[in-house]
Amino acid sequence: MLLTRLRQTLALLALVAVGNAVAEPLKVGFVYVSPVGDAGWTYMHEQGRQIVSEEFGDQIETSFVEGVAEGADSERVIRNLAKSGYDLIFTTSFGYMNPTIKAAKRFPRTTFEHATGYKMAKNVGNYMTRDHEARYLAGMVAGAMSKTDVLGFVGAFPIPEVIRGINAYMLGAQQTNPDIKMKVIWVNTWHDPAREREAAESLMLQGADVLAMHTDSPAVIQAAEANGKYATGFNSDMSAYGPKAHLTSAMQHWHNMYRAKIQAVLDGSWKPTSVWHGLAEGANDIAPIHKDVPEPIVALVEQHKAQIIAGDRSVFQGPIYNQSNTIMVSDGQQMTDAELLKFNWYVKGIEGKIPQ
Amino acid sequence: MDIAFIDNVLFATVRTATPLLLVALGVMISERSGVLNLGQEGMVLVGAALAFIAAYVTGNMGWGIIAGAFAGMLVSVLFAFIALSLMANQVATGLALTIFGTGLSAFVGADYVGQSIAGLSPISIPLLSSIPFIGKAFFAQDIMVYLSFCLFGGLWWLMRATRLGLIIRSVGENPEAAHALGYPVRKIRYCAVLFGGAMAGLAGAYLSLAYTPMWSEGIAAGRGWIALALVVFASWRANRVLFGAWLFGFASILHLLLQGYGYAISPNLLAMLPYLVTIIVLVIMMQRKQGGSDAPRSLGRPFSPSR
Amino acid sequence: MRIEKRLQPSRAMVLLSPVLALVLTLIAGALLFKMLGHPAGLSLYNYFINPISDWYGVSELLVKVTPLLLCAIGLMLCFKGKVWNIGAEGQFIFAALVSGYVSLQLMAVEGFWVLPVIIVAGALAGMAWAAIAALLKTHFQASEILTTIMLNYIALNLLLWGVHGPLKDPDGYNFPESALFADHTLLPLLSEDYRVTVAIYIALLMLAVVWFVLSKSIFGFQIRVMGESAGAAKFAGYKNRLLVWSLLLFSGAMAGVAAVSEVNGPVGQLIPTLNLGYGYAAIIVVFMGRMHPIGILIASFLLGLTYVGGEMVQIEQGMPKSIVGLFQGMLLFFLLACDLLIQYRLVLPGFGPIRLPSDRTKQVAS
Repeated sequence: MLLTRLRQTLALLALVAVGNAVAEPLKVGFVYVSPVGDAGWTYMHEQGRQIVSEEFGDQIETSFVEGVAEGADSERVIRNLAKSGYDLIFTTSFGYMNPTIKAAKRFPRTTFEHATGYKMAKNVGNYMTRDHEARYLAGMVAGAMSKTDVLGFVGAFPIPEVIRGINAYMLGAQQTNPDIKMKVIWVNTWHDPAREREAAESLMLQGADVLAMHTDSPAVIQAAEANGKYATGFNSDMSAYGPKAHLTSAMQHWHNMYRAKIQAVLDGSWKPTSVWHGLAEGANDIAPIHKDVPEPIVALVEQHKAQIIAGDRSVFQGPIYNQSNTIMVSDGQQMTDAELLKFNWYVKGIEGKIPQ
Repeated sequence: MDIAFIDNVLFATVRTATPLLLVALGVMISERSGVLNLGQEGMVLVGAALAFIAAYVTGNMGWGIIAGAFAGMLVSVLFAFIALSLMANQVATGLALTIFGTGLSAFVGADYVGQSIAGLSPISIPLLSSIPFIGKAFFAQDIMVYLSFCLFGGLWWLMRATRLGLIIRSVGENPEAAHALGYPVRKIRYCAVLFGGAMAGLAGAYLSLAYTPMWSEGIAAGRGWIALALVVFASWRANRVLFGAWLFGFASILHLLLQGYGYAISPNLLAMLPYLVTIIVLVIMMQRKQGGSDAPRSLGRPFSPSR
Repeated sequence: MRIEKRLQPSRAMVLLSPVLALVLTLIAGALLFKMLGHPAGLSLYNYFINPISDWYGVSELLVKVTPLLLCAIGLMLCFKGKVWNIGAEGQFIFAALVSGYVSLQLMAVEGFWVLPVIIVAGALAGMAWAAIAALLKTHFQASEILTTIMLNYIALNLLLWGVHGPLKDPDGYNFPESALFADHTLLPLLSEDYRVTVAIYIALLMLAVVWFVLSKSIFGFQIRVMGESAGAAKFAGYKNRLLVWSLLLFSGAMAGVAAVSEVNGPVGQLIPTLNLGYGYAAIIVVFMGRMHPIGILIASFLLGLTYVGGEMVQIEQGMPKSIVGLFQGMLLFFLLACDLLIQYRLVLPGFGPIRLPSDRTKQVAS
């Protein structure tokens, strides 16, 4: 709160210094892939938008278009925003990458920021959170709490972002439980609460007693709650959906990145960069840990968190073995961002194969 | 594979099938009376949204269930008025209802996204719930699953053994003759459509109160459409609707289970399973019958008493 | 108030009822906007006028209309013949997958024949997918309503399998997208500044062809006969089968061309979310257009406008997307309700029938 106010004061001072810049607020547009009512991915971006919109007050004017399909519609919406005088446009889904690049060519004076992609241009930057860092910590809790030594993971689609999270979760779990195994079920949708729940039930039928998901809804938490099992959430703190089952959540806080990017455009210091923020920058965190989790485990999680923030530890630091026990990252090494971006193999302990 | 495992698989199958069963039974009645209402998805969504809102506001699940059924019925009045009183094309009116209902549910539910409620909890029936293989699946479910069993039983009996069932069928087969015999064709069709709306609303309530107790946009995720297909598949018979819903539910669970066992088949190809099974079973059934379709003969045709 | 059947459909009402429906929708829409606290006039302007207030806007509307119209042309014939093909969506998706595959194979091959090959591949793929439903209907008596809905889901999963597996861009960081198509495999743009392609001409040409066939040929007559009386068509026996096949195949081909217009047009690659529901929306277009070629042309523009207008009120006034659904729903409801006036007339108690000057039923006093 204090920090916010300080920022606002600083921002105001900056404005006073620039003087005539006060006249026109910066118009910031957001393009969302699902309705803000999805309770997951888009909901979190919308929370981020509301936070920065409040913080920057009169300096910016924000607006969003929700439920924009990633096909031909998205380029039109992005272009329409640019045409309507929006100065900075955030496109918040992977599938907007090429449409954003295409639209950006036509509006060279508008600034574009695309989430979770890999392409950039003169006026296009991209941003992402290191959600695998929070996943890793949640995995530590999950590994410690499993009695059957089987974790269950409900994934949306086998894309690098999700596979990264699955691997991080497993590596975390191995820190607290060397015998741990993990099953993965793909549901082929970001948002179908009933199907997510069915997947969770199937995993529990096959012995999993701590669940996690990389889909939008809290249905997996609810399934665990109903069956007396544990689960960890994603995106936001999902404890309300399963007070007994919810161990912790791997959370994303997009407003940190939005604040930085907007500030850069306001200052005139914006450059096309690829920003990948994690625990250290406050873009990710874990929700308060369940009281059932033993104190030493909580302490260990805190310790690893502090080490990651301090840069003394990386989630993907060697030695890391793949499923066939070949060493993929040797001791003392760690995976580069480029490697993380195209992650397409499972670490040891995960069962099944990545569908190709 | 032990007894408890099978019981658990059946348990999950029954739960997965419940929303489909509820919608499909309603569709069966309205189609038996000769009305084709493609607005199921919209009605399910409106039912789900209103059920959640009512349960959240009152804190009482019972009100939630009632509100869901009532909301589904209310939007079906819109369909009934345009398609029956104004005799508009039923396919188009139904599609319009789905679009409208999807928008309406998102609109009224917007403030309730991210809220949580306790949801319905299972009620185990003593003794019966410990029967091996099927105890948990049939006797340790929540109240709405039991309700769906009762509705199935009632409708099966209604269509099979009662005069009212016969009247509904005759209205769907030959409305002119039914009219000539003095039956109020349009009133019966109105009732059938409204009943269908209430059933779709109940299915929505099941999703947002019991299965995944929350509201999020598009929570039905196409189940209204599947239910419509299911009724054709079941050739408008209650027992086959039940069988079809369970089969579809089982196929859905099976494809997830196979993944969990690590079968290296693409999940996309496995996800086709329920749809393929539906087509194959339909084809087999049509071969055995030889008589062509059982569709109510005046399905989708408007009726005007002055004709 | 009661309603009464006209002896003959009112010609005036055929033209007047859509106008009346539009006016009612605008009034209801204005009330809705007012209720939400937005100025009604400005909102309606942003919804219906602003999106097409310049050539860019018009071109974008055409981008939206092209696949919609193509799908609707095929479905119109099907529905006229009472073949309930709900599967344009699946035919679209399967054709997108196949034509996308062909486009990727022809990346390095230049030649005037490349584009025609891609278009034909798309059309054939759409036909193949529709042929499954035709076969199941004519040889296994399986209802096409059911099989086409199921085939839609199957096609979608095939597309997902394709972009997650064999068709994934090898340099695409394992994201589920194909490589971007080479420029020579893309449909030519009408103008460098806009995204609308020559596919709109194909759509309009096909519309004209279908109109001609329906009004002038024996084939058109047969479709009408089959649609109007199943008994008469059954009498024709195997000809009926032939008709079911030709209607489904034609509609599959149209959905296939629609897929090419989208994939080799504004999208330019295979992605998991290609299907924007054109196959379903086209069903609405056909009914809104009363199964008449001119009708569906107007309807596809109107429906297209409700989509782009919905984006505009979100951008300009921060309205929720659910407005689009409410608006489209209302428009359809009013259209369908007003169509009653073609076949029937209102009779107010104590006044006698409401008459229009051109009302042909006037001599029959009630």
